[in-house]
Amino acid sequence: MNDDLLRELREQETSSKLHWFELDRRGFLQLLGGGLLICAAATRVVAQESGSGNRSHDLPKELSAWLHIGEDGRITAFTGKVEIGQNIRTSLAQQVAQELRVPINSVTLLMGDTEHVPWDAGTFGSRTTPTMAPQLRSASSTARDTLLQLAARKWSVDRATLVAEGGKIFNPRSKQSLSYGELTHGQNLVRTVAADPPDTPPAQYQFTGKPLTKLNGREIVTGKHQYPSDISRPGMLHGKIVRPSGFKAKLVSADTSAADKIPGVKVVRDTDFIGVVAPSVSAAQRAAEAIKAEWKVPPQPSNATLFDFLMQNVDSTQMSQQHVVGDIEKARQSADHSLDHNYTVQYIAHAPLEPRAAVAEWNGEQLTVWTGTQRPFGVRDELAEAFRLDPGQVRVIMPDTGSGYGGKHQGDAAIEAARLAKAAGKPVRVVWTREEEFTWAYFRPAGVIQARSGFMRDGTLRFWEFHNYNSGPSGINTPYNVPNQLIQYHPVDSPLRQGSYRGLAATANHFARESHMDEVADALKMDPLELRLKNLTDARLRAVLEAAAEKFGWGKVKPSTVRGFGIACGVEKGGYIATCAEVELDPKLHRFGIRRVTAAFECGRIVNPDGLENQISGAIVQGIGGALFEEVKFKDGRILNPHFADYRVPRFAEIPQIDIVMVDRNDLPSAGAGETPIVGIAPAVANALFSATGLRQRNMPLAPRP
Amino acid sequence: MILNINGVDHQLDAGAADEPLLSVLRNHLQLTGTKYGCGEGQCGACTILLDGMPIRSCITPAATVEHKKITTIEGLEQKGELHPAQAAFLQHDAMQCGYCTSGMIISAVGLLRSNPNPTDAEIVKYMNGNICRCGTYPRIVAAIKQAAKGGSR
Repeated sequence: MNDDLLRELREQETSSKLHWFELDRRGFLQLLGGGLLICAAATRVVAQESGSGNRSHDLPKELSAWLHIGEDGRITAFTGKVEIGQNIRTSLAQQVAQELRVPINSVTLLMGDTEHVPWDAGTFGSRTTPTMAPQLRSASSTARDTLLQLAARKWSVDRATLVAEGGKIFNPRSKQSLSYGELTHGQNLVRTVAADPPDTPPAQYQFTGKPLTKLNGREIVTGKHQYPSDISRPGMLHGKIVRPSGFKAKLVSADTSAADKIPGVKVVRDTDFIGVVAPSVSAAQRAAEAIKAEWKVPPQPSNATLFDFLMQNVDSTQMSQQHVVGDIEKARQSADHSLDHNYTVQYIAHAPLEPRAAVAEWNGEQLTVWTGTQRPFGVRDELAEAFRLDPGQVRVIMPDTGSGYGGKHQGDAAIEAARLAKAAGKPVRVVWTREEEFTWAYFRPAGVIQARSGFMRDGTLRFWEFHNYNSGPSGINTPYNVPNQLIQYHPVDSPLRQGSYRGLAATANHFARESHMDEVADALKMDPLELRLKNLTDARLRAVLEAAAEKFGWGKVKPSTVRGFGIACGVEKGGYIATCAEVELDPKLHRFGIRRVTAAFECGRIVNPDGLENQISGAIVQGIGGALFEEVKFKDGRILNPHFADYRVPRFAEIPQIDIVMVDRNDLPSAGAGETPIVGIAPAVANALFSATGLRQRNMPLAPRP
Repeated sequence: MILNINGVDHQLDAGAADEPLLSVLRNHLQLTGTKYGCGEGQCGACTILLDGMPIRSCITPAATVEHKKITTIEGLEQKGELHPAQAAFLQHDAMQCGYCTSGMIISAVGLLRSNPNPTDAEIVKYMNGNICRCGTYPRIVAAIKQAAKGGSR
């Protein structure tokens, strides 16, 4: 696991983690009915998830449940990972079904309910496929092994002569069979995951590698699936927050008398927090608007001064590790050529189509919150902290949510709903408006990236210096062979609230690095693909570059003033991406469009080709937004474009022809695929534009709205 | 106020008349298949059919649609059989998080009613007001073409 991810995981950890394993196993079986329950030692799982290696000396006192086979044969797998459109409900069920040899529709996944699933850091960093899937596979194969033992004992035969197939244990000699339900009936068995559970040889895979559409797709196309904003509770009221007039504002005064007079409305004030509850959304809206609040907003930077601000406000208190190889000062003397350029990226918004939403319900000192979050346990702890509760008094339930892209880590809406529900004495739902979502959520960091390179006449890189101000460290290291390197991330106290994003800073770092590589190629009049291959020995990265170039027809057509071609590549979170783009220009109108994109992606063994293609294609489409026009505009502590009318996102008309090559390395473990395919599109388009115009665009977005 | 939704008349409090149709559907009638995405008619998540024509329910006052036929995503499936557009979205896995899907399907039904055999360009033009933030547009275009082949109703 790379350092960036470790750092990110560490940031998610909180001191209350020690109290997070309090599962009462007998209670669990009472809840689920009898059958077979597969548990794992909780600390082992935490160690695995956090990547902090072997902590086996911390002997587990408690166990967490991962898999249950009911007396009716129904299989339930439990995971703290959540579904936000990346399709892990399907890909994880696929792997459980595979190990248990059952039809896929007999597997149910219980996800993101803090009362019933093992602790989990959160759904980010493309960790589900590499860490959660093996965990569930181990639990499933342990269960299969237990079922084989049960049948062997029942029939008094050697277990090795039996096979598990189609939800049954089958004795090929006697032709006898027993379904899993028959075997678990009347049982109250608890087993722990075997240290080395019998893994299925890939040759016997029935589900892994086969395309499978979304398991709960029918609920979605019929409108039946309940997203967090659809949850309703008996007696539920609607909440609304009175937002400050700008960021970092202090409340000077508030007159709530007009709102207090609206029938059924309750106004809640708690320091600088002002909210209202009402029987209807429109009454809550009217009440919030009737409150006259005066705020004092301190002076703060705007887009106009952003990049200077980032360069001049490095937070020296935060440790920023230098990545040093060789001797960069010496190398400066020996390079034939050198280049020095700055690249910039603006803040962008995740803009998940479902805004933040939460329903909170108090039962005495017990709090239950339904909310859309990528960190149900993190939000549970935020709630516990906010209301001075023990985490055990808080239950967070995360229904499959209307997307996140790294944007739904925090529990803001959950805390707001809980605060209002506490005052109202009734369940309260809070759903942010689009404007609130664009303003009070957090953004993908803006950044300045300085890239300096030195190279020889034949294209060999001599030195590489790379400083990232504020964007973040993900994907900061170069995959190219450079004997002398100095790479550093410089944290800044960001003017806007910022956080995780799809691929984190890898998008920004790849934009800068792959644009700069193109500038090196241009300085030497070398083909950009040839330059990359000359400096690359990573076979997996070379393979996707060559696959993308071949499918795209790289070099077959020469660029002209109306047509340009660009290429970019990268490796991040275990996935290898190469992206080619063709742009078409209309010089008279000073406009251009992306005509064609080809991407080759490799992430080890493919679990679900249909889901993988969907993720790669979706990442390219989302990446087009950040590459071309997405940009948060802000001034004086306010967002100037907090609506879809002003903040442009990719729509049908912007979508180019997309060709995808999925390189299947079924000899390698599967990596996650939800993030990395996004990193290639922006530099590929920037490079394509340059090949047509000879003008280098070093700011993302490349074609901002005036 | 009485609203005819999916073939059923619903009696509503007079107060509901002032609310957007989306809020009435979701909060008064628990028909939550229709989604809030922006409240400004910019994203299409709230699309419903009004006398067969797609409209944005978030910017439509409920009082203006009395005596008209409203169809929501919940009303497309009939006797357990999916509408061809629903079946095509399912078959093409034309979704990721699925939050835009209701509005996409309803818009697609509207398109196929007015143009039973749309070209790719016609689909793109008609659907351009609907946002899929997960970026499944190519699959949605493919699903709509499939639905056109399957016939509309």
